[in-house]
Amino acid sequence: MTMAARALPPGAGALVSVALVPPATRLSFRGGPDAAEACAAAFGCDLPRRACRAAATEARAALWLGPDEWLLLAPEAETAALVAAIGAGLAAVPHALVDVSHRQVGFAIAGTQAATLLNTGCPLDLDPAAFPVGMCTRTVLAKCDVALWRRGVDLFRLEVNRSFADYVAGYLRVAERGLG
Amino acid sequence: MLLIPCPFCGPRPELEFRNAGHAHVTRNPAVDDPAWAETLFFRDNPKGIMAERWRHVSGCGRFFNVLRDTVSDAILASYKAGEPRPDVPLPGPEGEAPRIGAGDEVAP
Repeated sequence: MTMAARALPPGAGALVSVALVPPATRLSFRGGPDAAEACAAAFGCDLPRRACRAAATEARAALWLGPDEWLLLAPEAETAALVAAIGAGLAAVPHALVDVSHRQVGFAIAGTQAATLLNTGCPLDLDPAAFPVGMCTRTVLAKCDVALWRRGVDLFRLEVNRSFADYVAGYLRVAERGLG
Repeated sequence: MLLIPCPFCGPRPELEFRNAGHAHVTRNPAVDDPAWAETLFFRDNPKGIMAERWRHVSGCGRFFNVLRDTVSDAILASYKAGEPRPDVPLPGPEGEAPRIGAGDEVAP
């Protein structure tokens, strides 16, 4: 993480900025429709059923990653309480809940050139018509598996496995030099 | 680059997928050795339409089936695992076998 942070571009005044997001609670949740419904009640945020969509409240978010798989995001301090609450709420429903808080590193990519920067290594169509605000998906960025969530027209969140964080940060820094 | 239609996520670039070989292989271990060897090791290699498994590995992670024309790479159908193979007409005129192209044509 420290190396990733050091590799980030300064970003001030640029058309795009890349920043590490603070440590967060990340839970990988898998289960059927019943489990998703019970989980939403315990988590305090809807789990979207529509493919590739994210639901968010002020402090929490649930990202659809697969037909029975969601990534739950919440403030860092809530890990234990959330695991206990969801576990209690789903005691009778088959599901899988794994704490992956430290598996991934989050990047916030903001600015008018954010989509252009991502598209240097990501083959998805990131035009707002094809990838609207609130859409999320796993995809590839420069051959690296990432989860991408569009939080605003010019604001993306990128979830990268920790062991790839240095690589992705370095890649984005180099790619940024080609913009503007 | 191929755009492969994932039944869950919609059309996605080929980079997000892994091919997983022949689809609709029925495994029945209660057969004699030659038939079991056929199940395990023998695969069709058609010039034309082939049903194959793909996995959206850098996406929703699901396995699904695709009907692909091995001559033109045109993808004619995509359907969830467990669903029956759909009937699709051959892409050529009058339903004849497709001609050999550059590989970059799309289905009509």
